[in-house]
Amino acid sequence: MFYREAGQLKSSYAGDEAIFPIVQDRWAMAVLLLFVFGVLPFIGTEYFYQAILIPVMVYSVAAIGLNLLTGYCGQLSLGTGAFMAVGAVACFKLATAFPEMNLIIVFVLSGLVAAGTGLLFGIPSLRIKGFYLAVATLAAQFFLSWLFNKVTWFQNYAPSGTITMPPREVFGFVITGAHASAEARFVFCAIVVTILALAAKNIVRGPIGRSWMAIRDQDIAAELIGYRPFQTKLMAFSVSSFYVGFAGAMAFALWLGSVETAEAFDINQSFQILFMIIIGGLGSILGSFLGAAFIVLMPIILTNVFVGIFDMQAVTAKHIEFIVFGGLIIFFLIVEPQGMARLWQLTKEKLRSWPFPY
Amino acid sequence: MVLFAPILDMVDSPEFFIEVIIGGLVAGVMYSLVALGFVLIFKASSVFNFSQGVLALFAALTLVGLMDGTVPILLIDSGFPLPAWAAIIVTGLVMVGLAFLIERIVLRPLVNQDPIILFMSTIGLAFVLEGFGDILWGSEVKALDVGIPTGNFLIGEIQLQVFDMWAAGIAAFMVLVLAVFFQKTRLGRALRAVADDHQAALSVGIPLRNIWIVVWAVAGFVALVAGIMWGSSSGVQFSLSLIALKALPVLILGGFTSVPGAIVGGLIIGVGEKVAEVYWGPMVNGAIENWFAYVLALVFLLFRPQGLFGDKIIERV
Amino acid sequence: MSAQERVFNETLLSVENISLSFGAVKAISDVSFDIKKGEIRAIIGPNGAGKTSMLNCINGFYHPQLGQMVYKGAVRKQMKPHETAANGVARTFQNVALFRGMTTLDNIMTGRNLKINKWKTWLLAAAIFVGPTRDEERVHRAFVEEIIKFLEIEAIRKTPVGRLPYGLQKRVELGRALAAEPELLLLDEPMAGMNLEEKQDMCRFILDVNDEFGTTIALIEHDMGVVMDISDRVVVLDHGSKIADGTPDEVKKNQDVIDAYLGVPH
Repeated sequence: MFYREAGQLKSSYAGDEAIFPIVQDRWAMAVLLLFVFGVLPFIGTEYFYQAILIPVMVYSVAAIGLNLLTGYCGQLSLGTGAFMAVGAVACFKLATAFPEMNLIIVFVLSGLVAAGTGLLFGIPSLRIKGFYLAVATLAAQFFLSWLFNKVTWFQNYAPSGTITMPPREVFGFVITGAHASAEARFVFCAIVVTILALAAKNIVRGPIGRSWMAIRDQDIAAELIGYRPFQTKLMAFSVSSFYVGFAGAMAFALWLGSVETAEAFDINQSFQILFMIIIGGLGSILGSFLGAAFIVLMPIILTNVFVGIFDMQAVTAKHIEFIVFGGLIIFFLIVEPQGMARLWQLTKEKLRSWPFPY
Repeated sequence: MVLFAPILDMVDSPEFFIEVIIGGLVAGVMYSLVALGFVLIFKASSVFNFSQGVLALFAALTLVGLMDGTVPILLIDSGFPLPAWAAIIVTGLVMVGLAFLIERIVLRPLVNQDPIILFMSTIGLAFVLEGFGDILWGSEVKALDVGIPTGNFLIGEIQLQVFDMWAAGIAAFMVLVLAVFFQKTRLGRALRAVADDHQAALSVGIPLRNIWIVVWAVAGFVALVAGIMWGSSSGVQFSLSLIALKALPVLILGGFTSVPGAIVGGLIIGVGEKVAEVYWGPMVNGAIENWFAYVLALVFLLFRPQGLFGDKIIERV
Repeated sequence: MSAQERVFNETLLSVENISLSFGAVKAISDVSFDIKKGEIRAIIGPNGAGKTSMLNCINGFYHPQLGQMVYKGAVRKQMKPHETAANGVARTFQNVALFRGMTTLDNIMTGRNLKINKWKTWLLAAAIFVGPTRDEERVHRAFVEEIIKFLEIEAIRKTPVGRLPYGLQKRVELGRALAAEPELLLLDEPMAGMNLEEKQDMCRFILDVNDEFGTTIALIEHDMGVVMDISDRVVVLDHGSKIADGTPDEVKKNQDVIDAYLGVPH
């Protein structure tokens, strides 16, 4: 009853093109942001930040990245984990080589390094139609894992083979290293995620987003009306890799602190992020958040239920998790390829006409 | 020129070199078998079937479980171990049943969807099958012995494994059977018709759905053979499904729609990665087998994107 | 329309001795004709005559093995499709080829892709949006709104095109082609699968486009009534060869054409 757009007429294209054209949505967004920045930093426990909130933020960025490529441009990557690893390693090398460099710049550069690496694997595989990018990104996955593991330069010759983020501050707050508080890391993550999500939304609603979707929906027609398929796909892949690399840097510096790259960013990571966007919603920024939250929370819930309540072995719970994820993927692809984001939208449409649906 | 030094090694010790090549060929046969199942499905339904490797794992798990007489899920000994031949037949039936279920539950509702959606659904399928297989039969590494002879013998100074010869022989036999099946049988012709043009095949009265079940069943059967060979040589375990991913670079090399391509591509990749690992691996701390196939495929893409045996595609508007 | 014959002098495109084959299959053999600036030119013929292949050649999607195209007075090199698009050629498709996941508005906006200033909308500007990108979007949105008004599809502006009925999809597709402000508009069976009313609407739009914007139109159509009514000149293809070329009246009387349509054995 309170969620209505009646009476909210748009008198300019400006009003029509806004991200949230309906007043109530703008309010809801404002409340959400207020909650994230004004309430969450003061109420959480260490576990809550470290096991749920920060991973959701990190994975949201990675999922947005993959969604730009797969959901918007229709190209499939199976090497998301590898490009997160690139971001993480780049972050580590930059932070240790240039201790004075501002951490924000370190993150951006890490993303750019991942984008460049993406070009390297995208150029041979995106010239042709089909699933070649999927295989090329598998190549990236296995090759880069090996490279970061075997070439000790990437670990600054640490005998343990792990990379560890040194302590750094931004605007006077320590946000990385062993002494960074979970709250500080969370707030920094949340700011970054907000900016990156907004930028992604802007890109996809403008000319670049249209070019991606055109290639996704009808590549031949797109080419005949003037788009260049190779360049368009390559751009989508490098922007996507930037986001994924950025997420990798965040995962390393703000969440895990210390990682063994080949293990932390293996092929299962790639699949996990793919599952996030399928379940959350292909071609939806909101869906990327929903999917990330779902995939982070689901195993925690499953483990608690099966191991905690039914007293199963952890490994059996893991197998059930496989079946549940695989089954959900098939379910969503068949029933609702636009995922949870679409379900949310349908709920809103129902709400719009509630309580008089006709 | 350090990079060329291994070539001298090859010339110095030709017997060893030949042994390496044979080892590579045998591994290549395994890749070919997985790639073959993939090509069958891709040709008949344009589905890029990511789950082919997991199908092989699933078949191998079922086979071992039956032969050990394990009770599914409970994982206790039933006391009724099946002999190898019976277990293979039962597993074959299970694979046919699985093909039926896959067509019903996954493929049929997704008819006419974008290829990328179908591809992703087979990724989901791979996860379901993997979790399901592990729950049914347990996830620890199992030994598989269906009675393929082992041991080794010498030809000149070259040492050969009896098992390897059997593996190559069985793979060759499979290819022959499939070739006869496709060329000579009514069903095979129907399959090829569907591969050429779905619409046209439908219009002359070929029931597409049944055909898909058949194709998946045949692919399941190929997976069973791959599972047997692979499981016998390196144990039945999860990593099998990861190794099976190497069928994908094989397909880039051979062309996605070519049966001979799958075989030749598999052999090239098998030999290539073994030679690279043995001779060049030590220079870079080894383990290049993990990625060599993929990077080779990537380089290959630059020069011949349609693969060795693939067709050039004419696009229509 | 064909009653009072319109006169056109300037040649926009001349197709000279084009041959195209796929392996052993000959799709077009040695076809020549020209399209004058400002006219409505129809390409007709029975199924499999090579009409769509002809459009694909003009479009740069297929490359003929023999012959050449002279476009705007210059011999055209082998062009990629996006280059012909940049040269002022736009088209619609036999089986609607809209971007199904996008709204009507966005679909037509994609038609503007070559007119949108790349520098004002490059990646970083697009990410920030406010500023150059937004201004540029508004300029083109205004243009697209004119087309939406022209084609009378205001009501479906925000509807994903996948949900639209076939007739409306065809109209949106015309809108997308018009958004490119083409000099040469290629229409591949614009009226296929439409009912009478929709056909009449589409005829009106085609004539209006030709009349108001002076756009040269080449169209493939099976409805002979429509073809004879709206086109200035007609070229007839059969089995990949040209069998007739002239005004609708001339073509109607041509014995070869009558034979081709009635299926006299060759």
